[in-house]
Amino acid sequence: MAVQDYIRKRFFPHLWCQGCGHGIVLNSLIRAIEELGIRKNDLVMVSGIGCSSRITGYVDVHTLHTLHGRALAFATGVKMSRPELRVIVPMGDGDALAIGGNHFIHSARRNIDMTALVMNNQIYGMTGGQFSPLSGPGVKATTAPFGNIDHGFDVVKLATAAGASFVARTTTYHVHQMISILKEAISHKGFSVVEIMSQCPTYFGRKNKLGGAVDMLDYFKSHTTAKGSDAHKKDPLMIERGIFVKEDRPEYCSDYDMLVKELQLKGDA
Amino acid sequence: MKHTPKPDMVLKGIFMAKKTLKEIRINRAWCKGCRICVHFCPGQVLECDAQDKAVVQRPQDCTCCMECELRCPDLAIEVIVEHPKEAAHG
Ligand code: SF4
Ligand code: SF4
Ligand code: SF4
Repeated sequence: MAVQDYIRKRFFPHLWCQGCGHGIVLNSLIRAIEELGIRKNDLVMVSGIGCSSRITGYVDVHTLHTLHGRALAFATGVKMSRPELRVIVPMGDGDALAIGGNHFIHSARRNIDMTALVMNNQIYGMTGGQFSPLSGPGVKATTAPFGNIDHGFDVVKLATAAGASFVARTTTYHVHQMISILKEAISHKGFSVVEIMSQCPTYFGRKNKLGGAVDMLDYFKSHTTAKGSDAHKKDPLMIERGIFVKEDRPEYCSDYDMLVKELQLKGDA
Repeated sequence: MKHTPKPDMVLKGIFMAKKTLKEIRINRAWCKGCRICVHFCPGQVLECDAQDKAVVQRPQDCTCCMECELRCPDLAIEVIVEHPKEAAHG
């Protein structure tokens, strides 16, 4: 199927600003789905609230646009009742790790089979540029005009510690890597987390005088490096990209299914 | 003798003809003029016009790398290529 067959063309041009990274995520995501040959009818995308979460409006698969921070909770309901469906949960940084922080760590702990995307632009775009738990110190935001003093989460470390069995990071500049990581994450059986560093030129870029979308992509290119590379050993401030965790671990829906079968056997005996 | 391609290299396509550009389609209604395609095109093939829409300026320099299509946040570019091998077989 062609890439264009996976989108709801009637809603284009989309509402994201000029150069918004979320459009690049959408672009890579539908290519990954297309390359994996997933049927539209076998795929559910569940999102919460925010600029990032509008992505479910544009994909022509089963979609749920739910409550702020609660996408993973709704997705858990979908997966538990229809475990044969593939579930992808695209979230923004605030949606995933502030409002939805608890759902995030507990979904990781259970290792439920779904793909959580953290489209990390370090800011709340839709509500007007407030700092998020991924902004980090020194960042300027509408709610931190003199510079943020909050430290940010490291999504990769957080997801790993919470028990996700697949954890990766990439950026909207590295589209080939994004497509290949998304393919692996979607194919992985268990809770997979992909952090995608994404640009919000309108708020994050403007507030922090980072230029436009092109400059922000150039920044991702020059300030990130492949996991374990020499560049990272020389300069530990370089952000690592790649797959950090990929392990086979008991998956929640399979365990639940096994438990039910065991109890049924006991009941029959 | 030295220049005879090894059979496995032929199979891997190293000596096959390169794909060629048929057309770069830009959807002007969807393009928002962010210039991402213009800036990251290795061949300086694209430009933005007075209406801030991407246009194909030097198609002859296109290497069909697909970078513009993959990085466009608005899904506004399609690079249509011709694979000579496929064309030969209809
Ligand atoms: S406000 Fe930021 S995140 Fe939201 S659409 Fe605009 S650029 Fe994208
Ligand atoms: S990347 Fe897309 S939206 Fe941006 S200028 Fe090029 S065609 Fe237009
Ligand atoms: S396919 Fe590559 S070379 Fe051709 S216009 Fe796009 S970015 Fe430039």
